Amino acid sequence: MAIKTYANAIRDCIAQEMRLYPNVFVMGEDVGLQGGIFGCTRGLYNEFGAERVVDTPMSECSIVGAAIGAAYMGKRPIVELMYVDFSLLAFDQLLNTAAKARYMFGEQHYVPMVFRMQQGIGRANGPNHSQSFESMFCHVPGLKVCIPSNPADAAGLLRSAIRSLDPVVFLEHKALYATKSEVPDDSEFMIPFGSAKIVREGTDVTIYTNFTYVQRCVKVADRLEKERGISCEVIDPRTMVPFDKKTLLNSLKKTGKLIIVHEAWKPMGVGAEIAAIAAEEGFSYLKAPVVRVCSKHQCLPFNLDLENAVVPQDKEIEEGILKVM
Amino acid sequence: MIGKEKYLQMYSYMHRTRKFEEAVTRLFESNKLRGSVHIGIGQEACTAAGIAALRDSDWIIPSHRGHGQSICKGTGAAPVMAELMGKATGCCKGRGGTVHISDMKHRNLGVCAIIGGSMCNSVGVGIALKMDKSDSIILVFLGDGANNEGNFHESLNMAAIWKLPIVYLCENNGFAISVSFEKATAGGSIANRATSYGIPGICVDGNDVTEVYETVSEAIERARTGGGPTLIEAKTYRWKGHWLGDPEVYRSREDVQCWIERCPIKRLENKLIESGLATRDELDTIARSADKEIEDAIAFAEESPVEDTAQVEFGVFADRYEGSGWQWQ
Repeated sequence: MAIKTYANAIRDCIAQEMRLYPNVFVMGEDVGLQGGIFGCTRGLYNEFGAERVVDTPMSECSIVGAAIGAAYMGKRPIVELMYVDFSLLAFDQLLNTAAKARYMFGEQHYVPMVFRMQQGIGRANGPNHSQSFESMFCHVPGLKVCIPSNPADAAGLLRSAIRSLDPVVFLEHKALYATKSEVPDDSEFMIPFGSAKIVREGTDVTIYTNFTYVQRCVKVADRLEKERGISCEVIDPRTMVPFDKKTLLNSLKKTGKLIIVHEAWKPMGVGAEIAAIAAEEGFSYLKAPVVRVCSKHQCLPFNLDLENAVVPQDKEIEEGILKVM
Repeated sequence: MIGKEKYLQMYSYMHRTRKFEEAVTRLFESNKLRGSVHIGIGQEACTAAGIAALRDSDWIIPSHRGHGQSICKGTGAAPVMAELMGKATGCCKGRGGTVHISDMKHRNLGVCAIIGGSMCNSVGVGIALKMDKSDSIILVFLGDGANNEGNFHESLNMAAIWKLPIVYLCENNGFAISVSFEKATAGGSIANRATSYGIPGICVDGNDVTEVYETVSEAIERARTGGGPTLIEAKTYRWKGHWLGDPEVYRSREDVQCWIERCPIKRLENKLIESGLATRDELDTIARSADKEIEDAIAFAEESPVEDTAQVEFGVFADRYEGSGWQWQ
């Protein structure tokens, strides 16, 4: 075990995999000399050279398209698209080709590749560099979607992603890069996809949340336990595709109440899907309507006060919990 | 100099392509085929010359008008016909259809039905070939529609900066669906666009199989020996509409007739006979064998079963256990 930042956990995992497997390589925007704008590929260029750590032009769609071509040929590209907002330029290749090649070509191709991007607020990046897009990737069949909320999960999920035979969208949160936690050194440390993590056990209400809100929800839960004796269970799904339904339904069986908290917008967000699963498959467990505490359906403004007015605040999370109690 | 054997190979490729497309047209018109079928009659010289210039170990990405490219690369007519009929014996199990033909056994990576997409896929193939120090190359077939896509420019740029072993063969048939090349393309030339990327851009008569073959061969040699990519613009014409059922309001019958008179197959036939490289009998034998292949392909496709519908639950992901994500290929 070593204490690492989220950014270093990602970098070390990539480096370990590149040492083990010569067909793993990195390509993307500013990944080489610069080592990524958040340092997630720092040092790799010196260790592995320009052929395996490829600085690309700003051509998002063709970067992803090229990674697909390399994957067809048996390589395992790890692509960095920098901001998730830029992935919109690459949606054609991501959704029309990467996600479909396996099925539509009659299972002749393997498309093992990882698309790393960071999303979310936290650096005053304004409306075009702060969005949260996990639901968009989840909607189309053929992509696996990881949403790590801490350094250890980032390392364990990323290794599973690199070793997966399928295209994986690996979403990081820019406000998490400097956060630290213990990360196993083991170069075989992997978190299987579709295994949610019960971050805090509880008996009264289930909170489903992701990214920065995992720790925020834990803090709100700790306080409510102390102040009002409410016992909250906080669950981080860790991957949205595949989604671990079992952990959700088991928790609902126990608590009968569900709150979903995320930074992504509320309408059609992943919270809507989680609520739908609860309604379809866990209806008999529910003792109260499902509550969603998510961002307002609005652009993410540059000014901090305005931005905070869009995304969920601790007070709203608390109100949400009290509403179902 | 192109020898007799190579000429006859190309003649055969052209015939097989023509006969296949004619058969598909008939089958479509009698409701035995469905979908937006793109027919390449009139453009066979590009298909034949492109494929004939390759080694078996080279890769292709066909165009969305590329049935013949797949057939001649080694797949043969039967699996392609079965794919067009949506059968389990089709090269993609009937899941892809006309614009998703792929056959990895014969190093055909698969058509990208979103125009221009094959350009960027080829960049990654080029990266992989270079990493492996392979002497194989990839030939990408595209149409003139692709040359106004962002991917076309992004990919030419990447292929050029990394000197990748790629040959782009653009069949300029004059129309991107209904919009004419002149109306849609500034500068009036696809080949000239290569200049911006510092790579060779060559314009050829796409109905002259000799010229296309020689130009593609030279480009392949350049790619194989580390000289980087080439963009070839082959001027040709499609006799049919963009898809079967196209009302073709954008051109006159006279225009089409004028190009039918410049038929690339007839042109090669005349050349071979006039130069004494082949006899009428030899050419007839090749044509008959193409007829037979297509006939057999239709019978094979018609008799083939459809994939079990229960299989629609599977095949999206390759990982053996859904969600496990840890197997190593």
